[in-house]
Parts: sequence; C-alpha cells; structure tokens
Amino acid sequence: MIETPSVDWLALSPTVALLSASGLALLATVVVPGWMRKAVTAAVVLAGFVTAAVLAGVVFDESATPEVLLSDSMARDQLAAFAQVILAVTGAVVVLVSWTERRRDSYGEYYSLLAAAGAGMVFFVSAENLMTLFLGLEWFSLCLYILVALDTERAASLEAGLKYLVVGGFGSAVLLFGSALVYGATGEIGFAEIASAEPTDDPFLLAGLAMIVAGLAFKVSAAPFHMWTPDVYQGAPSSVTAFMSAATKTAALVVFLRVLVTAFPSEADIWTIAVAVIASISLVWGNLAALAQRDVKRLLAYSSISHAGFMLMAISADSARGGEALLYYLVPYSAMSVGAFAVVAARERELGRPVTLESLAGLGWERPYHGIAMWTFMLGMAGFPLTGGMFGKLFVFSAAYEAGDWWLVLIGVAATAVSLAYYLNVVRWLYMRSGPELRLAPAGGSPPRDLALGAALGAAVVVTVGSFFAVQPILDVAADAAASLPF
Amino acid sequence: MLTTALILLPIAGALVVAILPLPRETTAGLAFLVALMEVGLWIAAAARFDFDDGSLQLGTSREWVESLGISYSVGFYGFSLWLTGAAVIVSAAAIGYAVWIGRDRPRAYHALMLLLTGAIVATFASQDLLLFYISFEAMLIPLYVLVGVWGGARRQAATLTFVVYTMAGSLLMLASVVAFGVTQGTFSLVDSGTSDNVWIFLGFAIAFAIKAPLFPFHGWLPLAYREAPVEVAAVLSAVVSKTAIYGFLRIGLPKFPEPADDLSGVILVLAGAGLVYGSLLAFRAPDLRGVVAYSSMAQMGLITLGVFAFDDLGLDGAVLQSVAHGLVSASMFLLVGMVEHRCGTGELASLGGMARGRPALATVVMVAGMIALAVPGSATFAGEFLIMAGVYDQGWGYSIVVALGVVLAAMYTLRVISAILHVKPGPAVREGALDLRPAELALVLPMILALLVLSAWPALVSQSSFPGNDAAQAISDGFR
Repeated sequence: MIETPSVDWLALSPTVALLSASGLALLATVVVPGWMRKAVTAAVVLAGFVTAAVLAGVVFDESATPEVLLSDSMARDQLAAFAQVILAVTGAVVVLVSWTERRRDSYGEYYSLLAAAGAGMVFFVSAENLMTLFLGLEWFSLCLYILVALDTERAASLEAGLKYLVVGGFGSAVLLFGSALVYGATGEIGFAEIASAEPTDDPFLLAGLAMIVAGLAFKVSAAPFHMWTPDVYQGAPSSVTAFMSAATKTAALVVFLRVLVTAFPSEADIWTIAVAVIASISLVWGNLAALAQRDVKRLLAYSSISHAGFMLMAISADSARGGEALLYYLVPYSAMSVGAFAVVAARERELGRPVTLESLAGLGWERPYHGIAMWTFMLGMAGFPLTGGMFGKLFVFSAAYEAGDWWLVLIGVAATAVSLAYYLNVVRWLYMRSGPELRLAPAGGSPPRDLALGAALGAAVVVTVGSFFAVQPILDVAADAAASLPF
Repeated sequence: MLTTALILLPIAGALVVAILPLPRETTAGLAFLVALMEVGLWIAAAARFDFDDGSLQLGTSREWVESLGISYSVGFYGFSLWLTGAAVIVSAAAIGYAVWIGRDRPRAYHALMLLLTGAIVATFASQDLLLFYISFEAMLIPLYVLVGVWGGARRQAATLTFVVYTMAGSLLMLASVVAFGVTQGTFSLVDSGTSDNVWIFLGFAIAFAIKAPLFPFHGWLPLAYREAPVEVAAVLSAVVSKTAIYGFLRIGLPKFPEPADDLSGVILVLAGAGLVYGSLLAFRAPDLRGVVAYSSMAQMGLITLGVFAFDDLGLDGAVLQSVAHGLVSASMFLLVGMVEHRCGTGELASLGGMARGRPALATVVMVAGMIALAVPGSATFAGEFLIMAGVYDQGWGYSIVVALGVVLAAMYTLRVISAILHVKPGPAVREGALDLRPAELALVLPMILALLVLSAWPALVSQSSFPGNDAAQAISDGFR
C-alpha cells in the first residue's frame, strides 16, 4: 500500500478549475467543428473563470487562520484567496471583452492560454517558498508570451511578443538568481523559514533580496524596470493587454507584498526605502512619459506604470494599513484598467486601426455608453471622487503618511496633478472636439453590436463606482486578507 | 434627512434627465422643475431651522469608513444654510436661463447643471472633512465639461487653466486632509480637535484662495468667466466661489486657530490688494463679462477681509456679503447674457443707448447695478459696512482699503450701467432689439426681490448666521 500525502483540494480548487478549463478548451479546439469552436471554448473558459472565482470566495470564507500546505510550499490564506477572486473575475471579464476580437482561427488556443495564464497567476499568489514563486511566475509568463504574439498577421504583435519574451526572461533570470543567493545565504527556501533563519548582514542575502525585488518589479512594470511595458501593451491584442494590465499587476503586487513582509521582516528598514524609491521613480517617470503619448494604449501603459508606483507606495509603508490600502486599490484599479482597454478595443475593432487620441474624437457623443464609461475610468484613474480610485489614493497616502513618508505623499500628490493633464486630455478628445475632427473613417458599415463587451464595461463601471460607495465592506475584506501576513 | 434630500434631489434629477430619452423641451422643463423643487426643499429646511439654537441642525451622520473615522455627516449652521439658500436660488435661475436660451444637447447639459447643484449643496452641508473634499472636487467634474463643451471660442484654453489651477489647489488640500485626518484619527469636523501645523493650514488656505479666487491666485478667472456659458459663469462667481468662504469659516479658522492667526496679516494684505486690484481691473475691462468677473474677484477679497477680521462684525458681514454678492453677481451675469444675446457682443464700446424704449431692461439693470455698487440702504452696503467696521480692529488701514473698494465699485458699476443704457446707441445695438421678455424678467426678478428684502432687513442673515449670534465665540469654540 502506497501512502499518499494529504492534499488540500479546496485550496487548490481555483487553480484546478482553471487548468481543467484550459485543457477542455484545448481539447474542444480539436474535437469541435470550426463554426462553433469559438463559442464552445469561450464558454468553457468563462465557466472556468467564474468557477474559480466562486471557489476562491469559498476558500476565503474557510481560511480565517492562515495555513501552509504541501510541504510548506503553498499558503492557504485570505490574502491569496482575495487576490484569486480579483484575478478570476478579471479573467472572466476579459473573456467577454475578447468575444468579438478578430483573429485568424486561433480562438481555441487563445482561450485555452488565457485560462492557463489565469491558473498560473492563481497559483502564483499562494506561493509560500522561492520554488513555487518561480514556478508560478514562469507558468503565467510563458502563457502571456504566446498570448501577446498571438496575432501572427500583425508585425507589432510579434515584435511585442519577442520583446516581452526577452525582457521578461531577463527579469525571471534575475529573480531566480536572487532566489539562489537567498538560499545560499540562509539555507532555506520557505518564506517563513528565511525570516527565522539567523539574521545576518550577509551581503549575499542583501544582494539576493535586491534581485528578487528587481525581478518582481519587472512584472509589476515599475520604473526603472518598465521598458517593455509601453511596447508590449501597444503591440499585444487589446484584450490581452487588458488582462495583463489588471491581472499580472494584481498577482505580482500581492506576491511582492507577501515575499517582502513574510520572508524579509528583519531587512525591512532597507527594502522599505528601496520600494519607496522605486515607487517615486515610477510615479515621476510614468506620469511624465504619459504626457507625450498619442497612442491610447501606450498612454494607458504609462498610466499603469504610475499606478504601480502608487501601489508600491502602500507596500513601502510596511504596515497592516499599507496592506489594506494595496488590496483595496487593486479592486477599482483592475476594473478601471480592464474597462479602459475594453473601450480602446471596441474603438479599434470599429475603425480597424490603432487607436490614437485623434481617433477618439467625438466618441463620447457617438457612443454615449462607451463615452461615459471611459470618462468614469479616466476620472477614476486620476483619483476623482465618486470612483474607488479616490479612496485608493486616499488610503495609500494615509498609509504612507502614517509610516512617516510625508515626502512620498507629496510626490504622489504632485504625480496626481501631472496625471490629470493626460487623463482629462482623453476626456477632452471624447467630448470637446467639433467640426471636421469628428469625421471618421469607419472600417465599413455601422459598428457591430457587441453585447459581451457592453456587459464587461457595465461590470467595470459598477465596480469602479461601487467601490466608492461600498468602501467599508471592501476594506473589511481587504483588512482580513492583509491580516494573513505577519505585520 | 432633509439635508440628505437637499443633496440627493438634484443628483437623482440629473440621473433621470440624463437617462430618460425625452424630447428637448420636456428634458429642459423637467430639469427646471427639479431646480424649483430644490428651492422648495430649501424653504422647508429654513422653516424648520431654529436660528436661535447654536448646535448643528438637520444633521445626519452615518459611518462610512470606520477604520479611518470617515463618515457621511451632513448638517447646517446658520451661515451654511444661508449660503445654500443663495446656491439653490442661483442654480434655479441659471437652469431656467439655460432652458430659455435652449442649450444644445439638453440631456447632458441639464444633467451636469443639476449634478453641479448637488455637489455645491453637499459642500455647504458637509460636516466631514473627506466629504467636504469629495464635494469640493465633484463640483469640478461638471464645471469642466460645461465650460469645455458649451463655452465660447477659447473654451479649451479656459478649461485647461481652470482645471490646472483648481486641481493644484485641491491636491494640496488632499495632502492636508490626509495629514489632518490621520493625525486626528477622525475626519469628522464635529469630533476633531484643532491643529497648530502651519503647513496643513497652508494646504487648505491655498486651495480656498484659488477657488475664491483671491489675489494672486486669480489667473484662471478672466478666461473661465469670459468663455463659460453665461449662466455657468453666474454659478461660478455667485456660488462656487463661496465654497471657499465656507471652507475658511468651517475649517480654516476653527480647526487651525493659531496658524490662521499667525498668517492673518499676510491674508489680510493679499485680500486688500485683491480688492483694490480687482476693482481697478473691473474699471478697465473692455467688456461686460470682464467687469463682472473682476468685480467678483474684488468682492471675494472684501469678504475675505471680513472673515479674517476675526470678530463678530466682520464675520457676520462676510456671511451677509457672501449671500448678497451671490445674488447680485448671478443677476448681473444673467443680465449680461441677455444683453449679449441681443447684441451679439459684450464689448462696451459697441453697446449703449439701450434704455430708450426698453423700460424693463433699464429698470432691472439700474436696480441690480445700484445694489452692486452698494448704495446706502442696500444689502451690500450693510455687508460692506459691517466688514469695514469689523476689520478696523485689525488695523485702520484695512478699513480705508474697504472704503476705497466701495468707491471703486461705484466707479466701475456706473461705467458699465451707462455703457449699456446711456450714451449713444452703439453699433451692435439694433433698433429692433427687444426689451426683456416676461420669462427673462421672471428669472431675474426673484433674485432682485430677495436682495430688496435683504436690503430692508439685513439682520435676517447677519444676526442668524452663527450659534448664539456670537460669531467670534462660535469660531473659537470650533462650533461645539
């Protein structure tokens, strides 16, 4: 009789659900006849994401006390479950956004890879040692490399895929090297064990920590590790960009928080400064560079860099308040980010060419629904009231101020002021152009009715605005999740 | 409940107007109806308000974010109720004017106007620092689009400068809000104590100084007031500017007694300079809107002098003057709009001689002008006199500046009256240009009547603005 290790299937269930969806979608690509392939694979993957979200919700409910599983390699706690809910819901919304995206008969592969990437992220956020950390990172990164390059007929997509592969591979290598150094210095790979290992001023440990921070900063696309972001966001299919901007950031930031707080508490005085500096650079560079962009996807890419800066500010506070702030921020941010790229995707499909600010002219009056949605997202990203973006910024600033980093608050405020220029510029193009500028060259005929994308936009708007009015419930959940970490 | 209803009615109205696909006239009429209902609600609130009682009234408070001590907390003191009254009346007149003019895209336009009204009322009612910040910011969203879409030829430049200025101030205020709230452990204006941090006070003071605007933060004013649709300019100068005064009265002075006292000298000098400089610019302005815009800036300087006089006379005068100037300025802007509509221009050089054959226009412009120049016996005269007397304790020089301001006001107002009504008919005044229509009279007359009532009985506002009718005491107690 072979003894089997006990496996906590509930904790693994979100990952398993997405992996099954991915496998089924791949199978359907082969079995199902071509005319219904897209519908079947999309439905399977949508069901997978929804199931994963529900299961992650159950895990959140059942995991009041954090545990470690599978030879201390995975965490079952509310932090992971919280992030998994965001990731799975984001994935489901992206499936809706991608429904009318035109591609050359690779629908099955697209949806299958989307689910696989989702599974990797869902696994990644529960990593509890350096091995699973790296495994999860590579898992979803490999899927994303292919997804970015999936539009093989567009040179931009291929170029973006290659850039992402090279730079992302470099980032992974840095992370792996860092992990090796930390292992060499402490002899441990588990986060909790690293923390309890003999605290030394070992230069290897510090070098390893620095490299882990740098490796994760690549994935978060924080400056100065952001060089790939604009090109990749611009070149990738818009639905993939939406997924990356919301889900990859969520996963990487949650892991960022977990690694630093769980594994390196005794080096906190060093990494809080490092993270604060990275946050400041992201805020400054992301916002200034966004001012110069004409292409809306590039503009949103730089805006996502600046948002990474805001969220890193919360991590650098190294407090439960900071953790809450980060987790709260992720909710409206994911919604706004997916929503904004969805509007861009809709415009792109309508015009048949890349969306620049000029090609947004008059959108607000032609398509009031898309216009109001985009307006909401832009104001939300700028931190205006009536959107969750305002409370996100408020909580981040409060956390930073409590941690004594008033200078960081001032940088954040200045960055917000600069960011208004380009967010409001988008609104200006949507509504305040007239005459000849409004005459467009549509790809032909009236635009397709896209109920799936409309539903996705509706969901994003509801979350963006809802997170303003329902702050307390979300904050309570975020506080529970942040309490999984040893602050 | 009544306060919440006052805030929510225009916002709900905005949603209904925006969503229901009604015909143009019905949409506009519905919006005007909502604005009138808002005035009715305010009258109901004023009727229930006990002006002798010193405490916060008609209040509601609900937890919003417990861990940070943020709550949805609203209510009125005497002065904020009066400011709200001016706000809802001016908003109704502005919306009525837009209905009369027939603005394009009425669903979007009226929804934004109603949203603006809701945000203004929320600003005057908020008793929580964060709620105040939210409402203060929320005013900017509709204003941005109203000026940017429906404004004049240079509207893009106008919105840009307006937004850059006000957002710079708002963000400084956000930093101050965070710092104050986190240090106090609560954002509630009722529960929080005082702070002696000069930097935090400066964040608030600059934000208010930009919103008012006070000299030297008035760079956005000429473009915004000239390019905005005329009724939006009316709301801007009459009401939105007064949110800054509310901010000083409810936050600046009670929460930061020491910094406010330390910096009062600087603020008084700047306010005095703004009063004189604004008046001179108004005297030199070549067009109607320029005159009204710069006179508005001068008046804001005057009101700030009253606020920072720190005594009963000055504070009472500041509130009275805020209400009176709100009504005067809105009437003047709407009249400017009516004249511009007839002549196609606001250039003073092209106007003139409109009194002949247009008795209603002549009478209304004359009466509004007389009140604007603070003729003795008018509400504005009472306000200016109270401020002049109140600021005397801070230094006799300030009283002289106020007196100078009164003289200059007479100069620029008389100049503009005679440029419209008297002298020879200008090239832009057509023979057939009509007198004021009954509908236009119906918009302006209620505000003029309210001003006449205040002129007869200024104590209605000035004696009922602060708890126990003791302004200085109420402020130094932090309204407890």
